[in-house]
Amino acid sequence: MSDQGSQAEIVRKSLKRRYRKERRFRAYGILAIAIALSALVVLFTDIISKGYTGFMKTTITMEVELDGEMMYLDDATDERQLKMADFVEPLLQALIKQVPGATQDDKDAVRELLNPYASIELRNLLEVHPEWLGSTQAVTVLAHTDVDVYAKHAGDDAYSIKLDERQQRWVDQLMEEGVVQTSFNDVFFTSGDSRDPSRAGVLGAIVGSLLTMFVTLILSFPIGIAAAIYLEEFAPQNRFTDFIEVNINNLAAVPSIIFGLLGLAVFINLFGLPRSVPFVGGLVLTLMTLPTIIISSRAAIKSVPPSIREAAEGIGASKMQVVLHHVLPLAMPGMLTGSIIGMAQALGETAPLLLIGMVAFIVDVPTGFFDSATVLPVQVFLWAGSPELAFIERASAAIMVLLAFLMSMNALAVWLRKRLERRW
Amino acid sequence: MQASTLLLLTIVLALVAYGLGYSRSRSLAMPLGGIRHLKSLPFYYGARAALWCLIPGLLVLAFWAAFQGKVIQTLIIGSLPPDLLPSGQGQASLLLSKISNVASGALPAGFAEPPIVEAAERLKALRQQSQVYMNALVISVTVLAGFLGWVRIRPRVNARVQVEAILKWLFFGCAALAIFTTMGIIFSVAFETVRFFERISFIEFFFGTNWSPQTALRADQVAAQGAFGMIPLFTGTLLISAIAMVVAVPVGLLSAIYLSEYANKKVRGVVKPLLEMLAGIPTVVYGFFAALTVAPFISDLAASLGIEASSQSALAAGGVMGIMIIPFVSSLSDDVINAVPQTLRDGSMALGATQSETMKKVIFPAALPGIMGGVLLAVSRAIGETMIVVMAAGLAANLTANPLETVTTVTVQIVTLLTGDQEFDSAKTLAAFALGAMLFLATLVLNVVALKIVRKYREQYE
Repeated sequence: MSDQGSQAEIVRKSLKRRYRKERRFRAYGILAIAIALSALVVLFTDIISKGYTGFMKTTITMEVELDGEMMYLDDATDERQLKMADFVEPLLQALIKQVPGATQDDKDAVRELLNPYASIELRNLLEVHPEWLGSTQAVTVLAHTDVDVYAKHAGDDAYSIKLDERQQRWVDQLMEEGVVQTSFNDVFFTSGDSRDPSRAGVLGAIVGSLLTMFVTLILSFPIGIAAAIYLEEFAPQNRFTDFIEVNINNLAAVPSIIFGLLGLAVFINLFGLPRSVPFVGGLVLTLMTLPTIIISSRAAIKSVPPSIREAAEGIGASKMQVVLHHVLPLAMPGMLTGSIIGMAQALGETAPLLLIGMVAFIVDVPTGFFDSATVLPVQVFLWAGSPELAFIERASAAIMVLLAFLMSMNALAVWLRKRLERRW
Repeated sequence: MQASTLLLLTIVLALVAYGLGYSRSRSLAMPLGGIRHLKSLPFYYGARAALWCLIPGLLVLAFWAAFQGKVIQTLIIGSLPPDLLPSGQGQASLLLSKISNVASGALPAGFAEPPIVEAAERLKALRQQSQVYMNALVISVTVLAGFLGWVRIRPRVNARVQVEAILKWLFFGCAALAIFTTMGIIFSVAFETVRFFERISFIEFFFGTNWSPQTALRADQVAAQGAFGMIPLFTGTLLISAIAMVVAVPVGLLSAIYLSEYANKKVRGVVKPLLEMLAGIPTVVYGFFAALTVAPFISDLAASLGIEASSQSALAAGGVMGIMIIPFVSSLSDDVINAVPQTLRDGSMALGATQSETMKKVIFPAALPGIMGGVLLAVSRAIGETMIVVMAAGLAANLTANPLETVTTVTVQIVTLLTGDQEFDSAKTLAAFALGAMLFLATLVLNVVALKIVRKYREQYE
């Protein structure tokens, strides 16, 4: 008896230590989750803090005297005259009037506050309102990128301010007077890429992404579902079917860049399709997302209970009718969810598109599947590689746009699953 | 007519064929006493006619569209005067792009030699001709096949069986596409790899410790031959992957254990989707984060400690890659841990073991093979990851194990060698394909082994 008692004693003594171990183990788990979640938080705060200023632009609003003589323009409806006319001078004169203490000798310093594009903005305005010629109008034009950087990041050591001290004083005063203002950056959403950060936008990349995704969706959704149906419902149990399955599982884990090599060698070099077009991008992404879509569609088909099939067969439906009329509609929500997730993956994919040449600098917004284009993640990559911090800020803003797209796609997938999926 | 318009037209024609087939079957059934006397429903006769017309039309269209570019290029090159004939593939593509630039008007005709301008004219004419031929061929094939399908509608023909057979073959074709994709990958990397080894010896590639693929632009330049030893790339890839694993495996595994064994439903419902969010973030975003936030932070931190660290350290790329892989490891281990039978858990608890003892001494050993499989999959992911390293790791091929130095990886080199303008048969571009072949083989082996382990493990408990 005493022996048993001493054993119980030993156990009791060790309990404290064992419970401590238990608590420590639990703490490790919590720590691991905390690390992962804090990484997520740090990532998001970093991107938002770097990029929210990308959604703001800096403009200059002033009373511009549209003097025909100064502009060498006497008829604003004449296109040829408009092309030749001088739109810089009236802007310059108006700005000199606004800048306290500036004279005609400071023209060059003042010019550096105006965006090179400002004159084109003025011309476009005059094209719409030819009757403005000879009058004085309040006009808002883009400020120079250097002014933009100064207005948004004065005092931030990371940014190098290119304005000299006098110009900085000017901008400070103009900001107080409300001549230089920062407002919502509509340019960012309405234009393509540019060498000038303040005029660079994501519209071209968004349209390129949409075109590419359209090709991917049109091809991968039907093909993926058809393949899943075959493998789940029709495929005989033999080696060839096994081989197909092994291939699909493998392709799902092949690095995406390999698909880029495939696209380059087959679609571009063998078939002679053009480089950097959404069509080829869509083809490559189709091959890449197919395994994901097939695997999730198969899971969806598998989850339809056999009783449905048996009932349909029982009343004389053929195998194909059972599948197309009964199994497919019931499996559709699951297939849709899987496809949306696959598409979200494809939307964020960059590496294979680099290899098929979608990294070119493209200013125009693409209009078709065979126009040179770039996509959102590649645009992020391009801007992130720029030494100018103003582009880095745009890259973070573009990342936010990309993440917004991805999150809404994932939310749609979750909503679909909750709304439509049936539990058997 | 553009190929896309033609595609739409083919589909419209198929719809017409459907309508005609449907009505023809009905009208044929009329004298027999209604559609009861047809072998199949009218829908199937229509569908058969539509498939008859759609499939040949689409096949012809796809073939033409796929090969016309190449055929026209060959014809143009063949028709050039002998003194302009390109000597190599690189020159040929240069010449072709010049010709097509002249043809599209991007390069004014005055800036090109007369034979080039002539070739550009020929290119335009050929393109137009090809377009016309394609339209004629596709439309006639579609109409003819549709007509045949329509004529062959008989009440005694069982259209449903035929339609179902065609559909089944179509489904089979879609499934077999996976095989073609794999074959496409193998062939596209294999051919170029073979050509690469015709120039660079096996031994240099596999055992060389020097990687500097700059080949000369002109033959007479000094250092015309680059160095193609893949060892530094290989070690660089391994170093970054190892750093990623050091981050991802403990964090992923411990969080999976906590979530599956300790956390209540509510916590799991919140934490799991958040972890999966990490997996949904595009790699280019991680790359941005690594290159612009983590890397400067690490080099500043090292500098303040008096250590020298590169601004593109392997640690930054590897660490961020590890964060990316956390959800991958945790969801795979979660599956594996949940697959361990409850009886093992109950048995251990009944003997008086604490939860952590059960975990460490019973469940973890039982789940170990599956977890290993998951880790191998994660390693294959890390090796093939591209954007993070392209943005955050450097280009300098250093042979080092110091995580604070710059290393480069296989994927970085593939991207650098293949982006931008390149001749297609220089050793440089071929090297990219050789590296791609190595990458494909390495990940293939890892995946096959990992999937085998995972499957075997799963069978063990089923």
